[in-house]
Amino acid sequence: MDSVPLAWYLILSAVLFALGVAGFLFRRNLITIFMSIELMLNAVNLSFIAFAYKLNQVDGQIFAFFVMVVAAAEAAVGLAIILTVFKNRPSLAVDEVNALKY
Amino acid sequence: MQHLWLIPALPLAGFLVNGIFGRRAPKAVINLVAIGSVALSLAWVVKTLVALGALDGPYVERYFTWIESGILSVPVEFAVDRLTAVMLLVVTGVGLLIHIYSIGYMAHEGGYHRFFAFMNLFMFFMLTLVLANNYLLMFVGWEGVGLSSYLLIGFYFLRRSATTAANKAFIVNRIGDFGFSLAMFLMVTRFGGLDFPRVFSAASALPRETEAGLLTLIALLLFVGATGKSAQIPLYVWLPDAMEGPTPVSALIHAATMVTAGVYMIARSAPLYQQAPIAMDVVAVVGLATAFVAATIGLTQFDIKRVFAYSTVSQLGYMMLAVGVGAYAAGIFHLVTHAFFKALLFLGAGSLIHALAGEQDLRRMGGLRKKVPVTFATLVAAGVAIAGIPPFAGFFSKDEILLAAHHHAPWLYWLGVLTAAMTAFYVFRAIFLAFYGDYRGEHHPHESPPSMLGPLVVLAALSLAGGFLPVSRFLGPLFPAAEAHHDPILVAVSVAAGLLGLGSAWYLYVARRGLADRLAARLGAVYRLVYNKYFVDELYQATVVRPVVKGSEFLLWRRMDVGLIDGAVNGIGSRARAVGAVLRLMQSGNIRSYAAWVLMGSVAALIALGFSGGLR
Repeated sequence: MDSVPLAWYLILSAVLFALGVAGFLFRRNLITIFMSIELMLNAVNLSFIAFAYKLNQVDGQIFAFFVMVVAAAEAAVGLAIILTVFKNRPSLAVDEVNALKY
Repeated sequence: MQHLWLIPALPLAGFLVNGIFGRRAPKAVINLVAIGSVALSLAWVVKTLVALGALDGPYVERYFTWIESGILSVPVEFAVDRLTAVMLLVVTGVGLLIHIYSIGYMAHEGGYHRFFAFMNLFMFFMLTLVLANNYLLMFVGWEGVGLSSYLLIGFYFLRRSATTAANKAFIVNRIGDFGFSLAMFLMVTRFGGLDFPRVFSAASALPRETEAGLLTLIALLLFVGATGKSAQIPLYVWLPDAMEGPTPVSALIHAATMVTAGVYMIARSAPLYQQAPIAMDVVAVVGLATAFVAATIGLTQFDIKRVFAYSTVSQLGYMMLAVGVGAYAAGIFHLVTHAFFKALLFLGAGSLIHALAGEQDLRRMGGLRKKVPVTFATLVAAGVAIAGIPPFAGFFSKDEILLAAHHHAPWLYWLGVLTAAMTAFYVFRAIFLAFYGDYRGEHHPHESPPSMLGPLVVLAALSLAGGFLPVSRFLGPLFPAAEAHHDPILVAVSVAAGLLGLGSAWYLYVARRGLADRLAARLGAVYRLVYNKYFVDELYQATVVRPVVKGSEFLLWRRMDVGLIDGAVNGIGSRARAVGAVLRLMQSGNIRSYAAWVLMGSVAALIALGFSGGLR
């Protein structure tokens, strides 16, 4: 592990995060957007772990666990919402889910 | 402690009860509250005066400090001295009679509870005015009676002429009140207070040679206030129009009590006026001029209430003449007798109008002697009283004034006598036109109910015998000693003038009917000038009202209000909207565009963080 520098982890994390952001911004399908959010969360988790390892402190790992818990809860609720939306309308295009706007 | 505060507080309570609950209350309850409160107030006045005895000095009650600011300290203080005692009795006594009369007069009118509530409100403010022991508290009453007067003139608020008249009364009075306020400001800065004793002792302590200008200025400014309230030239124009109100209002407010407030105020300020002889001359001359001019207008009017309204203006002029020549006691005496016979004239006119179902034009009356005998008899009693026929009330008070005027300057006396002749003429002209000759109207006249006739009879008795009240002697010690003038020849002349006026009215309107019209036609332009009240209203309209209205419309409305104030408000509004129109574009409701904004914001924050050297 020592041979892999911290910067590489961070660069990987940044790339993953950027991919998540791009997916969130440009995709229309709710499930894809949902997966992008998960990607962003895990990108952040990666940098938490990298720092925790590098600095020899356990805080980052604990934080990563918290993020995972939140992500799991979010996955449960979010998928339930998506299922309900799909039951009520023909597509999952995010722009068409606008009933509360008016 | 005599609890003087109860005297005004009782009518105030009546006002509140009738004003709040009167709408649903039956008339008997409204009557009980309104008349009961005034009757209790009168009873309390009597009880207090009996308890206070001879009243050699003022009796003062202090309740609390109203205003405490720097050098200015204004307490709420009521005081009773002999002048106040006379005024209290007149206001509550005549007020009670007129309240009782109103039961009958207003029986068929809408807004019954409103009428009595406002009447009680008036009583409250008038009694405050009379009881006050400083100028500011007096001013509270002064403004309050103006407000009640406004409300009652505009009582028939569906009638355009009534609301206009109410506005006119209020606005014209405002001009006078402006003078009153300026006088108070001067007193505060120069005397350090507004309490009567303090102002008067400070005024008499001032060196008369160097400070005559200041005292004259204060006295004249107070007189400006009095010209507004007491309808003197040049501010008398509101009073004749005030006849739009119900007749009991004309009797109580615009004849017997409120309009005499100016005379009372000047008599109250006698120590101040004694120090300002020029101001006193102005008061006397303005008073006499008002008496004369108003009497000439009264000669020609055909609306019975207007005849009596100009008569009121004229008689107020007499009172001003009296206080102007230093005969304060005579002025107040005339105020008292005038309250009796002028209230009676108005109530009698009201009874007549009531009998004729609202007809006020003398040309459509006539021959009513037999139809309404009590009204006729009481109006004749008032007529002989105001005409100065001995031994009735007006004779005593008017003669005291005329003799004092003669002592001051003979020409004042002669003009006063001429006015007295005209007074006798116009009053009996109205009486003869209404009661003699043939009936010229269409209604079926009927005598008024007892609740109206009772007060008429009481007032008639007072008008006939009121001259024997020792008002002048009672008030004598209060004012700077004026030596008693007795001159049988002068008395005989003024009585002869009164009889001459009465006789010529008889000759023109009873003995040789039709002669008056021919005389009016012969006089032509002069008659039309007087009949149209010297075109004073038109003159004011052209020189004051129109410029003010036009100027306000152009400068205050179109420039200030529309241009500046509305412009500023609308400008701020439209700028906000323009900024909002741009910012609104961000609020698209599109989640992903919000996310893009969040992203851009975070990137910008990160860049800023990098430039500023990181977190550490």
